[in-house]
Amino acid sequence: MEDMLFYDRLQFAFTITFHYIFPQLTMGLSLLIVFLKGKYLLSKIEKYNNAAKFLMNIFAINFTMGVVTGIPMEFQFGTNWAKFSELTGSVIGQTLAMEGMFSFFLESSFLALFIFGEKLMGQKLHFLTGFLVFLGSWASGWFILATNAWMQHPVGYEILENGKFVLNNFGDLFSNPWLLPAFLHNQMASVVTSSFVVASIGAFYVLRNKQVEYGKLFLKTGVIFGLVSSLLVAFPTGDWNAKNVAKHQPAAFAAMEGIFETEEAGSEIVLIGQPNMVDKKLDNKIAVPNILSFLTHQDWNKQIPGMDQFKEEELPSNIPALYYSYHIMVGLGTIFIGVMALALFFLIRKNLYTIKPLLWTIMFLVPFPYIANLTGWYTTELGRQPYLVYGLLKTSDGISPTVSSGNTLFTLLGFVALYMLLGLLFLVLVGKTINQGPTPQTH
Amino acid sequence: MEVFWYIAIAIVLAVFFILDGYDFGAGIIHLFFAKKEKDKAVITKSAGLFWDSNEVWLVAAGGMLFMAFPTFYASVFSGFYLPLIIVLWLIIFRAIGLEFRSQFKYQMWKDIWDKSFGVSSLLLALFFGIALGNIVRGVNLGDVHHGVSAHEGHYFFLPLWNTSFSPLTDHPGVIDWFTIVIGIISVVTLAIHGANWVILKTNSSINNKLKGIIFKLNIVLTVLTLFSLYLWQIVNPNSLNNFVDKPFLLVFPIIYFIGLIGLFYRKKIKKDEYAFLYSTLLILGGITSSLASLFPVILPSVNPVNESLTIYNTAAPEYGLSVALNWGIIGFILLIVYFIVQKRLLSGKIDNMDYGH
Ligand code: HDD
Ligand code: HEM
Ligand code: HEM
Repeated sequence: MEDMLFYDRLQFAFTITFHYIFPQLTMGLSLLIVFLKGKYLLSKIEKYNNAAKFLMNIFAINFTMGVVTGIPMEFQFGTNWAKFSELTGSVIGQTLAMEGMFSFFLESSFLALFIFGEKLMGQKLHFLTGFLVFLGSWASGWFILATNAWMQHPVGYEILENGKFVLNNFGDLFSNPWLLPAFLHNQMASVVTSSFVVASIGAFYVLRNKQVEYGKLFLKTGVIFGLVSSLLVAFPTGDWNAKNVAKHQPAAFAAMEGIFETEEAGSEIVLIGQPNMVDKKLDNKIAVPNILSFLTHQDWNKQIPGMDQFKEEELPSNIPALYYSYHIMVGLGTIFIGVMALALFFLIRKNLYTIKPLLWTIMFLVPFPYIANLTGWYTTELGRQPYLVYGLLKTSDGISPTVSSGNTLFTLLGFVALYMLLGLLFLVLVGKTINQGPTPQTH
Repeated sequence: MEVFWYIAIAIVLAVFFILDGYDFGAGIIHLFFAKKEKDKAVITKSAGLFWDSNEVWLVAAGGMLFMAFPTFYASVFSGFYLPLIIVLWLIIFRAIGLEFRSQFKYQMWKDIWDKSFGVSSLLLALFFGIALGNIVRGVNLGDVHHGVSAHEGHYFFLPLWNTSFSPLTDHPGVIDWFTIVIGIISVVTLAIHGANWVILKTNSSINNKLKGIIFKLNIVLTVLTLFSLYLWQIVNPNSLNNFVDKPFLLVFPIIYFIGLIGLFYRKKIKKDEYAFLYSTLLILGGITSSLASLFPVILPSVNPVNESLTIYNTAAPEYGLSVALNWGIIGFILLIVYFIVQKRLLSGKIDNMDYGH
C-alpha cells in the first residue's frame, strides 16, 4: 500500500514535470510568434516574417513533445488515480472534457495549417491561424488551471453518502477565487520562459557574430517582453496568489514562508535559511522584520499564523521541499527582473549588443525560467499535500486499488527511459534549428 | 441523458478510429509496401499533416468519458493498466516518427523513424482491436476467486495474458485467442482504410498495386469476420441476443457488410472518395455493431458475483450531464467547423501542395 502510493506519486510527478517543460514554451512562444507575424503584416518588412517562421520551427518541435507527453497525463488520472477519478470525475471531468473540446481541437486543427499553409492561404489568413493556435493554447491553460484550482480550493460541489463528489453549480468552477490569479500568474510565467528563450537565441547569434540582424531582433523582443512579464509575474499576479494561499491554505502559507513560530506582532520575511524539522526552526536565517505582514495584509503589525498554530495533520507533508520550491521561484523571479531591467537600460542606451558579459548572462539564463516554473508548480502541489482535494480527499485514498506497485514501477521505468530519449531528441533538433538560423533557405 | 452521452462518446470514438484509422493504416501500408524514398516521403506526409488533429478525438473521448462515466473510466483505465500504458508509449513513438523523420536528410535517420512509424502503427491497430475484443468478451470484475471479490465490484486488473491464452477461463488475460483474432481484423481493416487514403491523397507509384492489395486483404477480412462471429458465439453465447430483441440494431452490421461488399469492387470504382467511404463504413459498422450487441452494458462481467458495468451504474449524476450538454453542443458545432475548414484548406493530393515551407 505504502509503496503503491509512492510509485504512483513518483510517476505522476515525473511525467507532469516533463510535460510541463513544453506547454510553458508553447503558450508563451505562440504569443511572441503572433506578435512578430502581426508586425510583419503591418510593416511588410520580410525580417519579421522570417523571424516568426523561424520561431515556428522551434514551436513545432516543442508542440509535438507537449502533445505526446500530454496524452499520458490525461490517461494517468484513470490508470493510476482511479479512485480519485471515480470520486471526482463528475466535477473535474467537466473542465478536462472542455479542455479537449475547446482548446486541443482548436490548437491542433490550425497548427498544421499555420505551419504548412502560408502560401496556401495568404498572409492575413496565416496570421489568423497563428492567432487561433495561440488562443487554443491559452484556453488549454485556462481549463487545466480550472481543474487544478478546484483541487486546491473545491467549490460548487456536494458530497454524497458514498463519498462521491457531485457537481451542483457549474458556474462556480470558473468563478473559483483561486482560478483567475493562478491563471494570470501562470500565463505570465510562460511568457517569461519564452522571452528568455528568444532573448537567449538572440544573444547567441550576436555573440557568435552570425545571423546578427536576427540576433538583435530577438534580443530586443525578448528583453522587452521579458521585463514586462517578469514584472507582471511578481506584481500583481504573484502577490495576489500569495494572498490567496494565505487566505485559503494558511497552513501551507506558513510552511512556504518558513514561519515556524507565530510572532506577536507582524511577521518577518525570510530570505535565506534551512528548515530544521527536528528543532522546528530555520537554521542560518536571514530575515527582514514585518515585511511579510505588510505584503500580505498591507498592515505592518498584522499577525500571521505560524506552523505552531496548526495540528500536525493540517500541515503539508513535506515542509522543507515546499519551502525551498517557493524560495527558489521567488528568488529567481527577483533575479529575472534585475537582469532584464539592466538589459533594457542598455538597450535604450543602444549599446546592449556590445556588452559581452550581459549577453553571456542572458544566454546562459535560459534554464532558469523553466526551473522557476517547475518549482512554482511544486509549491502549489506540495502545499496541497497530504490531500488530493484540499481538506477533503487524502492522496492515499485516490490511487488505483488494483494496480500493484510492481506494475507501476515497471511503467515508471519505461517512462523514464522513453522521456530520456525524447529529451535528447528535443535538444538535438532544437539545437540544429537554432544553428541553421532564420535566414531563408533557398530550396 | 446517459444514453445521449453514450451515443456522443461512441460517435467521437468512431470518428477517432475513422480518422486516425487512416493514418494508422497508412503506417501499415508504408511498412510493408512502400519501397521508394519518394513514396515513403509522401505517405508519411499524408499522415503527418493530420495525425495530431485526428488524435485529439481520442483525447476528447477520454475527457468525455471521464466526465460522463467516471466509474467506467476509473475501472477500465486501471484494469487495463499495462496495455494502456503500452499504447501510450506506442503513440509517442508513432508521433515522433512522423514529426522528426524529415528533420535530417540522412538515410539512416529516415529509416529509423520510418520503422518507428510503421511498426507502432501496426501494433496500435492490433492493440485497439484487442481492446475491442476484451470489451465484448468481458472481464472478471472484482477479480473474483472462488466466489469472493478481491476488490469493489467494479474494479479489476487484467494481466497481459494468462498461460492458457484462452478466453474461456475464469481469469482471461488481455491477449487470448479470441482477442487476437479481433486484433488481426482491426489490422486488416485499417490497412485497407489506409490504402484507400494513400490512393486518395497521393500520387505515389504504388497506388495501382494497392488496389489489388485491397482486394486480397478484403478476402482475408471476410473470412476472418465470419470466423470471429463463430468464435464470439463460443466465448459469449448470448452475444447476438440484442439483435434478436431489437431488430433495428441490425442496421449496424448491415453498414459493415455494405462496406465489405463494396470494397470487392475497388478496381472498378472511379472516384477514390467512394472507396474511402466504403472502408469508413467498415470501421463505423464494426464499432457500432460491437457496441450495439452489448447495450446498455459497456463492460460485461464474466463472473456471476458482480454485475456488468452499464451506462446507468457508471454514469455521473444528472446535473453534471445536463450542464455538460450545453457546452457540449457548442463544442460539437465548433468541431465540425474546424474540421471542414481544415479539410478544405488541405484538400487535394499531398504531392501537389505548395507549403511554402
Ligand atoms: C517564471 C516562473 C515564475 C516566477 C518568476 C514566479 N512564479 Fe510564482 N508560480 C509560477 C511561476 C513563477 C507557476 C509555475 O506558474 C505557478 C504554479 C501554479 C501557478 O498558477 O503558477 C506559481 C505559483 C505561485 C504561487 C501559488 C503557490 C500555491 O498555490 O501554493 C505563489 C504564491 C507565487 N507563485 C508567488 C510568486 C511570487 C511572489 C513571485 C515573485 C517574484 C513569483 N511567484 C515568481
Ligand atoms: C493543472 C494541472 C495539474 C493537475 C490537475 C495536477 C494534479 C495532480 C495530481 C492528481 C497529483 C497526484 C497526487 C499527489 O501526489 O498529490 C499531483 C502531484 C504532483 N504534481 Fe500536479 N497537477 C497539475 C499540474 C502540475 C504541474 C504543472 C506540475 C509541475 C511542473 C505538478 C507537479 C506535481 C508534483 C511534483 C506532484 C507530486 C507531489 C507529491 O506527490 O508530493 N503538477 N498533481
Ligand atoms: C495533469 C494535468 C495535465 C493533463 C491531464 C494534460 C493533458 C494534456 C494533453 C492530453 C495534451 C495533448 C493535447 C493534444 O493532443 O493536442 C496536452 C498538451 C498541452 N498541455 Fe497539458 N496537461 C496537463 C498539465 C498541463 C498544464 C499544467 C498546462 C499549462 C498550464 C498544460 C498546457 C498544455 C498545453 C498548452 C498543451 C498544448 C500542446 C503543448 O504542450 O505544446 N498542460 N496536455
